[in-house]
Amino acid sequence: MKVKVLSRNPDDYVRETTRDIQRVPRNYDPTLHPFEVAREYTRALNATKLEKVFAKPFVAALDGHRDGISCITKHNKSLSTVLSGACDGEVKVWNLPKRQCLRTVQAHEGFVRGICSRFCGTSFFTIGDDKTIKQWNMEAPEYGVREEPLNMILGKTVFTGIDHNQRQATFATCGQSVDIWDEQRSSPIRSFSWGADSFSCVRFNPVETDLLASCASDRSIVLYDTRESAPLRKVVMRLRSNTLCWNPMEAYYFTCANEDYNLYTYDMRYLDLPVIVHKDHVSAVLDVDYSPTGQEFVSASFDRTIRIFPKDKGHSREVYHTKRMQHVICVRWSADSKYVLSGSDEMNIRLWKANASEKLGLV
Amino acid sequence: MAKSRSLKKTSSKDVKLSSVMSAVGDDEDDLSIDEQAISASEDEEGNDDERKHKKLLEAISAMGGRKRKKQNERSEASVEVSEFFVNAEGTGDKVNLSDLLKTMDNSSAASSNTKKQLKNLQNTKQTLELPLNKQQAEKIQRAIAYEKTAKEVSSWDDIIKQNRKAEQIVFPLKHEPSGPKRVEEVVARWKFQTPLEQEIFSVLHRNRQPTNDPVLTPAEDASLKAMSLEEAKIRRAELQKARVLQSYFEAKAKREKAIKSKTYHKFKKKDSRKCFVKDFEEMVKTNPEEALDELKKIELARMKERMSLKHQNSGKWAKSKAIMAKYDDSARKAMQEQLQMNKDLTRKIAVPSDDEHENIEDASETVPDFANDPEPVTDAVNPWMRGQLTHEKPKVSRVTTEDVQTAQEENENEEEELLGEFEKKRKLWQADEEDLIPTEEESKREEPASEVVEEDVLDKEEDVVSDEEAEDISEFSSLFRLMSSKKTIQKKKGPSQTQEGLNAPRRDDEEELLNEGEIRVRNLEDLEVLDEVVEPQPIRKQSLPETAVEKDTSEPPNKKKREISLQEVLTKEATVVKVPFLPTVVEEEEHGEQISLIKEAFAGDDVISDFIKDKKKQEADAMPKEVDLTLPGWGDWGGVGLQPSHKKRKRFTIKPTPPPPRQDRKLPDVIIPEKRSVLTASHQVIQLPFFFENVEQFESTIRTPIGQTWNTPSVVRKLTKPKVITKLGTIIEPIVKEDFIHKTTTPAGERPEITLGGNECSGDPELSSKKPLRRSRKRKNNTN
Repeated sequence: MKVKVLSRNPDDYVRETTRDIQRVPRNYDPTLHPFEVAREYTRALNATKLEKVFAKPFVAALDGHRDGISCITKHNKSLSTVLSGACDGEVKVWNLPKRQCLRTVQAHEGFVRGICSRFCGTSFFTIGDDKTIKQWNMEAPEYGVREEPLNMILGKTVFTGIDHNQRQATFATCGQSVDIWDEQRSSPIRSFSWGADSFSCVRFNPVETDLLASCASDRSIVLYDTRESAPLRKVVMRLRSNTLCWNPMEAYYFTCANEDYNLYTYDMRYLDLPVIVHKDHVSAVLDVDYSPTGQEFVSASFDRTIRIFPKDKGHSREVYHTKRMQHVICVRWSADSKYVLSGSDEMNIRLWKANASEKLGLV
Repeated sequence: MAKSRSLKKTSSKDVKLSSVMSAVGDDEDDLSIDEQAISASEDEEGNDDERKHKKLLEAISAMGGRKRKKQNERSEASVEVSEFFVNAEGTGDKVNLSDLLKTMDNSSAASSNTKKQLKNLQNTKQTLELPLNKQQAEKIQRAIAYEKTAKEVSSWDDIIKQNRKAEQIVFPLKHEPSGPKRVEEVVARWKFQTPLEQEIFSVLHRNRQPTNDPVLTPAEDASLKAMSLEEAKIRRAELQKARVLQSYFEAKAKREKAIKSKTYHKFKKKDSRKCFVKDFEEMVKTNPEEALDELKKIELARMKERMSLKHQNSGKWAKSKAIMAKYDDSARKAMQEQLQMNKDLTRKIAVPSDDEHENIEDASETVPDFANDPEPVTDAVNPWMRGQLTHEKPKVSRVTTEDVQTAQEENENEEEELLGEFEKKRKLWQADEEDLIPTEEESKREEPASEVVEEDVLDKEEDVVSDEEAEDISEFSSLFRLMSSKKTIQKKKGPSQTQEGLNAPRRDDEEELLNEGEIRVRNLEDLEVLDEVVEPQPIRKQSLPETAVEKDTSEPPNKKKREISLQEVLTKEATVVKVPFLPTVVEEEEHGEQISLIKEAFAGDDVISDFIKDKKKQEADAMPKEVDLTLPGWGDWGGVGLQPSHKKRKRFTIKPTPPPPRQDRKLPDVIIPEKRSVLTASHQVIQLPFFFENVEQFESTIRTPIGQTWNTPSVVRKLTKPKVITKLGTIIEPIVKEDFIHKTTTPAGERPEITLGGNECSGDPELSSKKPLRRSRKRKNNTN
């Protein structure tokens, strides 16, 4: 005889673990849930509004410099360490979670023009108006010991920019010419010059590490290959570019920050036209840095704002400014792609969230 | 090279004379460099040659055996050759090519080819082309270098495209393998601090366990080398398969163990026994000693079996089966099987070696056969137990109640038919009696509800029955009458029911009576139904007796009629249930009031007519208008009061093409504007977004809702997947070429790290090195 009884599969109502949320049986019959377009529109709108409501991008300001910040760099191995150079020749090492200055070095006389950390994160290089390149240990000397550079190179001319190779022990400086230096030698292993009398910025390609690009004062951007004896190619723009940055995920794209308030993204293979022009700033753009994901970049401008652009959009997604922030000289995107650091004229380094409404907890 | 180049240079100078000299300023520099190079290289070559020559000479002299007197050689540089003593005699003179060639002719060292070339050079009067100027040369150099770099960089194309198309990218791109790391890797980054740790380290070192980068011990390394990845994979697959099979068999055994079915186990045992026999036979051939042991065991089992009565069909179970065997095939089979088992167990195993025993066994076998014959069972009726395998079955047992019922139904259908065969009748009666018992009981239960109504009916029925009894003549019927009367006496409470039951067979005898019986039954049922339906309403009670009386009085009442009456009753009931309509009426009134209120409130604006007007207006606006192009006074007279002729006007008016039908033409309550409105335009998509190929595709994706209300959680998660995922607190390194772009060709000259065997093969080194090379690279990848 067959006895029919109620039988249910326990999988339908028993949770796998007690931490699972309770299963809520739902009926997805579309007739029971009408007006999906209208309802979803409302939801989307609400979500957008809430995003704006919760947008609190400013995280912290690091003060301590006694002059305008001229350059910032991030530690290559530690997310919490940031280095900054000021116009009075001081270099400070910061701890972001504590918002403290760990160390102050009087690195140069006059401006600190550029700063970059070695790829291994054990030391960093600074250049200044006193025509020197100095290499410093990342770790502070013991108490009572004087701060002294590991290495110092006295150049013939003033250096204006420096960048370290991502993988090799070489670095590049720019001034009257673009020089490639070996860390072990006191004279450049290669020196490029192509008409222009001065350069403002030089950057290594983080992916194709033999490539580098520089912004020259004759309104041009010049590409180099360290393996070649001569520069590769030059683009002359209408106005001067201040800085440029390579996309860390897409080897042949770079973006330059121009004096004409715009940023230009170029494909290095097709330099005739920029891939896209990013407009929004209302004054000269002074610095640009890509997010480590390569999806967005941040730009600092003379108009006292920093803006975040998607790499393939013509207009910015976000604009950050505060009442007290003056001309923003330098900007960097943190290595975990969650924060943005900006250094400005009024001696402050500011820490921003890359996504204004993202909940990040303690820094 | 350098030589020839310098020669060319001189020749060109020769031809072009001083004009060239003056023109190329910087050429001189080049020249000087060249000259230096030449001198240096020549010196070196000369030294080398001398040494070699000397060696050769020595070797030859040694071979000759006889020692030659060594020539005195000047090892010092002569005065003439020295660079410090170059006299400046011929400074003003030009060096001609012919001067140089003279020496060439004498020396046989220069090849004829070069001689020919030089001669050709002498004859040519053309000047060589100027070398490109610096700027141009650099330009070309740059162009080449740029192209090269651009090409190199283009290798990223695929990866960049792939990343852009990817629905989701997770950063950092290079994931560390999750899960436990190898001990060595962990240990490598860690240094000992306590003495215990130091001890452990020392042990590790003793075992030559490297703690740093190549984290494999020599033994492990060797093992890795010994087995290629493919082999390892195959072996792993085998192991996996074995493990799977094992688990499968385990599971199977478990499952089988859990089976409760007796039949299954029975079959299984049988099977295993068969298997055992087979194995045993084999064992006799291969391993006689063990077979002997087995034989002993079997013997023991046989003895036990013979001693016991286990399979002799004498147990409780067997007896019950014996009873069942009458009806049940399976029981019969079971019994036979048991007997068979007994036979099998008690049979002596034939040992093929001795025939005598066999004969004896055969003899002994006959005995149990006999013994195993079905035992005389107490049940004499059972033919199976007597060993008679007749398929005949007693008729009595054959007739089941179901059959009876069907027969009864047939009878009902053919009411006119008379039944002649008493035998059959009797069977039916009997069956009916059996059938009736439960219904009676049922009726007992039902009775109290309808007691009052029934009484009259019962009396009448009894009368009828008695009449009937008197009429019956046949023996059989009288017999039955006795039985039926008995029943009526026994069950006083439900005589009507017995009548009802009895009616069926009696129907055959007398139609009318049967009909009446049937009526009664119906009546009762009806009553019950009525009771159920009407009970709550006391007014109904009046109608009930009426119907009962009606039925009583009607002699052969019609079935249909009854049904109708039932329906009537029902309809009456339905009409009564009109009460709940009252409140709705009130509601309607309220509703009406509300409507009137609303009407009053919005008396001024007639929304509907406004809407209709609006729609008409829009329709009219959308209609393209006729364009009148007539020019008054063109072709005929014009002026005040003069209109162009109708004909002309008709000719020059352009009739518009009718627009496509409006979308809302069939929707009277809707206006769908056909014009593009500025207000909504800002919210609309102008351009088809990237990767959508047509509008339909885009619209369909836009139309599908993504919210949780319309989709399952997993689908929602999939639809709202973020494009980029980054992990908080992890450094995202720039993309690394080696991880994504693999060079297919190995660079030339690279030697394999490991070679097969110690010695190099004399043949093709490539061939011998191919396999290990691949292995080593793979291993690298793994460790990465």
